[in-house]
Amino acid sequence: MAETICRALRDGAFEGEHAPALTIKDTIDTPLGSFVFNHILTQLTANILAGKSQARGVVLVALSRPPSFYAELLKDKGFDVSSSSKWLRVLDCYSDPLGWKNKLMERGTVRNPYEETLLKTSLCKNLKELDKVLSSIIELGKEIVEEGKGRFAVAIDSVSEVLRHSSLPSVARILSHLRSHDQVSCIFCLLHVDLHEAKVAATLEYLSTMHADVEPIVQRTNGQRNTSEDLPMVEQSFKIGKFHVRFKRRNGRVRVMREELYVEGSGIKITEVSSEDGFTAQSLVPKVQFNLDLSEKERLDRAKVVLPFEHQGTGKPIQIYDGRKSLNESENEEKQASVEKLQTTEDSGRGEIIYFRDSDDEMPDSDEDPDDDLDI
Amino acid sequence: MDNSRANLLEEAVGISKGGRVVVVEDCVETSGAFVLHHFLKRSLYPDTSDVVIFIAFAHPFSHYERILRKMGCNLTVHRKTHRFVFLDMLTLECPDRNGKETRQDGLLALYGEIEKAVEIYSSLEGSRTITIMIDDISLIEVAANGLSNHVLDFLHYCYTLKAKYGCSFVTLNHEDIYSSANTLPLILQPEYLADVIIKAEPLATGLASDVHGQLTVLNKGSVCDLGDSSSKVRNFHFRVKENIVDYFYPGTQT
Repeated sequence: MAETICRALRDGAFEGEHAPALTIKDTIDTPLGSFVFNHILTQLTANILAGKSQARGVVLVALSRPPSFYAELLKDKGFDVSSSSKWLRVLDCYSDPLGWKNKLMERGTVRNPYEETLLKTSLCKNLKELDKVLSSIIELGKEIVEEGKGRFAVAIDSVSEVLRHSSLPSVARILSHLRSHDQVSCIFCLLHVDLHEAKVAATLEYLSTMHADVEPIVQRTNGQRNTSEDLPMVEQSFKIGKFHVRFKRRNGRVRVMREELYVEGSGIKITEVSSEDGFTAQSLVPKVQFNLDLSEKERLDRAKVVLPFEHQGTGKPIQIYDGRKSLNESENEEKQASVEKLQTTEDSGRGEIIYFRDSDDEMPDSDEDPDDDLDI
Repeated sequence: MDNSRANLLEEAVGISKGGRVVVVEDCVETSGAFVLHHFLKRSLYPDTSDVVIFIAFAHPFSHYERILRKMGCNLTVHRKTHRFVFLDMLTLECPDRNGKETRQDGLLALYGEIEKAVEIYSSLEGSRTITIMIDDISLIEVAANGLSNHVLDFLHYCYTLKAKYGCSFVTLNHEDIYSSANTLPLILQPEYLADVIIKAEPLATGLASDVHGQLTVLNKGSVCDLGDSSSKVRNFHFRVKENIVDYFYPGTQT
């Protein structure tokens, strides 16, 4: 539930608890994670500006998109970017994560490599030193809340980028530091799952209270990356995805919710799953001229058809002779035998085959050749 | 007729609105180099003043010159008029002996050269798109002694030029050489960042004399455009001729 996520992030941390954390995960099959990230960022921003949220501002750690992208995004959504310094700080880890530009500038190769934006940014020139990154995040957060007990939210736009430069334990340490910091209201981050080993996703899941998975509507069965054979599916996966959300309660209870996600314009729309199967079937079956489905009337008619060889036990229990005496039958056997005899003589015109087994020695369907001992 | 067919690729890729990242992926059976040549030729059309910075790890200048001349584009002239910058990286080696620093320095110096060129050209008068082409990414990895993270760092820095200068990117990569979990990011990471992904594959039905393979174009960029009803994923066949490439939908070739 996208709304539930936004609400949880808005409400922030409870007294004596870690801050709620959300991990958004996607894969290359449905690379819509960044849309979800942007959606949540704008929702949270709207809540902050309306004064509804616990957080007073956001510290955005930009790793996979330049700060100018976010300035553009916020402007598109109708936020006043020029006054954003009151509620937004960007830690720019995108422009120069390894300090190359700085080095080149010192050498005199280039003059001014850095981009200017309207947002208030702070440049990170060495992503490998995560402790410094952590302290600058907290510093930027404190700038927003000024002094006092106010809290701020932290948004990390791609943990995958951080993981390329640092080891998993150090990243995990930073995240749990942030969660337990008493001025952090909530954290959310994006992870491209298929760029890492399975343990990375698991580690981040342990560190978060909510996960949002963006999955393809139809899983590719063979795991092949061959796109030419399922073009409609590939095309669909850029527009529609399954949105699975898992909430972990404090007591350990897990709630799972499923929704569907549509890309609309530059944003996304998240809706309840209406008719999951029908939708999938409709989108998968190619458009054909003839009908593949039955209407309700046809379905009823089909149910009424009497098949020629079906036992029509009109009220009586259906007995199918299997060559053996069943237990309850053996009790009534003698009685039945005499009655049957009577019946056959009465209704001789009905045409009936009555079969009595010679003895119990004879196996019902013996493989043995009866003429085995013949000597010709 | 040839002109209209060439448009099939252009149509699928869409009209470029400034900076855009195009990733071309090919495999052993079907080379995607001709797509790179197509973009090279298109960027050097006489009616624009666009500039191409070509980073060649795979072939020397004479190779591209010969091919492009047949396609009607003289690279030597463009090089003289400063519309075509050729960075010959065939001999780029980041030696292992001196440890990690040196390895990174090779790519850092290369990035410095690219950014310097971009800075110079964007400061000139008139509006022009600077396209950076890399042939090919797998060979950068070879130059970096197999450290895919360095290659990704290098690519990340190249992409940062898009934000400031509006540069376009066209890179070629081989899809089938990345299978293990360690090297997979090298193909996936650029795909995440790409606006257009072009895959060159052999036909699913096997070899044919008059069809050389199929192209699948995934245009992510147009997904964001409102009211864009054109298809976002296209698949068509191609036939590489001596000086032109035919693009056609399956079954339409007589």
